[in-house]
Amino acid sequence: MIFSFDLLVNAIVSGILIGGFYAAVTAGVSLSFGILDIVNIAHPAFIILGSYTAYIVNATLGIDPIVTSIILAPAFYALGAVIYQIYYVSFEKRGQESLRGIAFFFGLLFITEVSLVLYFGVDYRYVEAPYIGPTWHFGFVDVPLRIVVPFLVSLLLIAALQLVLSRSFVGRAIMAVAQDQLALRLMAVDPIRIKRIAFGISIATASVAGAFLIIIQPVEPSVGREYIGRVFAICVLGGMGSLPGTVIAAMLVGIVESLTSTFYGPSWAPAVSFGFLLLTLAVRPAGLLGR
Amino acid sequence: MRSDIFFLICLAASAALYAGAAALGNDYVFFAGYVVLQYVVLSTAWNILGGYCGYVNFGSAAFFALGAYSTVAMHKLHPLPIPFLVLIGGVVSGVVGLGMGYLTLRLRGAFFAIATLALAVVLQTLVVNWDYVGGSRGAYIVRPETLAPFGPYIRYLFTIMLLLAVGAVTVARLIERSRLGYGFATIRDDELAAEASGVPTLTLKLIATVISGALMGMAGAPFPYYIGFLQPSSAFGLDYAVNSIAMPLIGGTTSWVGPLIGAVLLGSLQQIATVTISSAVNLLIVGCLLVAFVIIAPNGIVGLVQRYVQHKPEDFVGRRKVETDAPEAVP
Amino acid sequence: MSQLLEIERLGKRFGGFVALDEISLSVATGERVGLIGPNGSGKSTLVNCICGTLRNEAGSVRFDGQRLDGSTAHQRTRRGLARTFQLPRPFTSLNLLDNMRVPLLYTVTARGGSRTVTEIEARCVELLREVGLEDKARRLPRELTQVEMRKLELARAMAAEPKLLIADEAMAGLTHSEVEDIVGLLKRLNEQGVTIILIEHIMSAVMSFSQRLIVLVSGRKIADGLPDQVMRDPDVERAYLGQ
Repeated sequence: MIFSFDLLVNAIVSGILIGGFYAAVTAGVSLSFGILDIVNIAHPAFIILGSYTAYIVNATLGIDPIVTSIILAPAFYALGAVIYQIYYVSFEKRGQESLRGIAFFFGLLFITEVSLVLYFGVDYRYVEAPYIGPTWHFGFVDVPLRIVVPFLVSLLLIAALQLVLSRSFVGRAIMAVAQDQLALRLMAVDPIRIKRIAFGISIATASVAGAFLIIIQPVEPSVGREYIGRVFAICVLGGMGSLPGTVIAAMLVGIVESLTSTFYGPSWAPAVSFGFLLLTLAVRPAGLLGR
Repeated sequence: MRSDIFFLICLAASAALYAGAAALGNDYVFFAGYVVLQYVVLSTAWNILGGYCGYVNFGSAAFFALGAYSTVAMHKLHPLPIPFLVLIGGVVSGVVGLGMGYLTLRLRGAFFAIATLALAVVLQTLVVNWDYVGGSRGAYIVRPETLAPFGPYIRYLFTIMLLLAVGAVTVARLIERSRLGYGFATIRDDELAAEASGVPTLTLKLIATVISGALMGMAGAPFPYYIGFLQPSSAFGLDYAVNSIAMPLIGGTTSWVGPLIGAVLLGSLQQIATVTISSAVNLLIVGCLLVAFVIIAPNGIVGLVQRYVQHKPEDFVGRRKVETDAPEAVP
Repeated sequence: MSQLLEIERLGKRFGGFVALDEISLSVATGERVGLIGPNGSGKSTLVNCICGTLRNEAGSVRFDGQRLDGSTAHQRTRRGLARTFQLPRPFTSLNLLDNMRVPLLYTVTARGGSRTVTEIEARCVELLREVGLEDKARRLPRELTQVEMRKLELARAMAAEPKLLIADEAMAGLTHSEVEDIVGLLKRLNEQGVTIILIEHIMSAVMSFSQRLIVLVSGRKIADGLPDQVMRDPDVERAYLGQ
């Protein structure tokens, strides 16, 4: 382990930048798990789906991946709405969500990943864009543009999401549905519809996060798996449903991962976020009713 | 039927199975059968925590791999006969299960499920970085060609797994019919009400986790001998995670019969399929079946059979039909 | 009469919201106490804290001479505390008989002394008979009506052979005669030696059942005494009519 100040600063900077990206990846889960209490462990699979859709459009039409993902977001929203409807009718209504609901998403995770393998193979795919390649240098600090751009857009995305959740009627209804469905009904708002909208938004963010992912690194179908634990670790650390909390937690995880990777080697990196998760869960206040 | 009689019947059936397999004259049956029996143990083990208690374990592969890697570690330290290795694998996995359970079982089921996922990755990372057991390069285990009185070594392995399967099923059935089984069911149904009725939920959940983990470790212990060359990617493989969840859910989670049916059916199908179609399509089918069953037939094949049997127009004499059209009582 | 339950300055908050504000009360062995209060006054939170489902942040709970702090819910049940849930929570995959069996297996036998399988089976049937559910013994809870679910809930609490039973709104939505049935059942239980705290909105039941009445408003106890006197208390009137 060679300790140098250069390495340290670079590691921290790249950790923060990656953390911004992680926040975008986790935002969807903050919605579905943090607020709606739906254990969608298939979320990373939808992100990979977003990466591949961005890839196809980029490879055939040459359109920028982030732009593509925003245009395709409504399609992902629709997918999310359909999935939630199936989930609600099959599991939430019957009170089966803790076993079969989780298994359902587990199955979706597999179906998505394996379908991508069958269709695209296991070769790594990447996209082309003018900001992939160049690196800015600030003294000894190297900042690759392909990480900066997703970082910035990600923060914008989260800010926009936070605005929607706190200012719009639908957004506030989403925050309310987590706490008091009966009150919502009394206001003539259908909580199921609200949850469907929220889950749709959650999957729509996956489209954009997927574009970020394939900009930052080449993607193949099993890449999503290392994000499962990461995403839930950040969601829990960040306070379950708080978007600002998610951002902070994401950067924390990004920094620790980056430091571990730089000084101990990249083969230990997957264990960091998962280890974080285990630690957080173990130290969390216990209690069947407590949140 | 008393458990010891059940156990004897199982042993008798197993002997018949072995004889039938040997009569076919092709050792491939034993190779394929080993995998199916392995899944019987894994599904039954998973179901003890998942089906009986309602706590989903995504880390079956981790417990399985722990068993396999403790065999590799022992092999380098001091080679032992496989039955001892099975016990060691069981103890190691059981202890890890206890530790993990103690950390995470106080939380809601969702958090436990996620924690098991995290555990699997952490363990895999640890193993990949541990050179003593071969790390990412893998570890060779030399196995003998034959072993008396079985003949080909694979028959010996098959027998071990067969006995493990009988053991696992007997244990599951024993639990089901005992006080423990009632306790597990209440944890699944309503943990709060269970506590209020005097059920020590944390203790029971820990017991379930230990038994489940230990059985999975025992299933993993002979694996290095089966496969000859053990790599983390095969020990921690995806198919173990999916199958140990899909098989009980498809077979039926409420009794020991479900995982057995699920493992035999799905396991056999997959063995046939790997010869004819790719393993990716294999997994796709399992994933689709899992989703389909979980939506359409939540009680699995066992549940479907029960429903079919109850709707038959003729009844056995004296058997009361359960009414299912009472008004919906829960607000 | 000795105090079976002693609660001293019990406090519980949910974030910034104070659910229980320094509540002190006691219940003597063999008493029939009624607990009333407007919705959201903290009655269920109080029950949850007493029974261990929730952890109180301040104050103490003493049961049968021993402090309960830190003990889990199932330990409190084994000590002799039992409760029903406001919304019935039966064990949905077990039939009614087995619903009775669980408290017998895990509470009664845990206290010592073993029972044979036949003894347990007989006791389960007996418990169901007391609430009139005997002929539905092998049905599943989802086949029961509202009333029957509440009776099942009570029977299951009784199965634990408690010293103190807290009945949390066991009679919501029942007809007049059904309410009388349950009140009668509870009175019989009390005659057999079970101390009972009845939490209810149905005033006729509360008045006919309670020897003492406690009123909770916004997490605070505002009255504690004989039912007639409490009902004439101006504070109580204001709490129910004023707001």
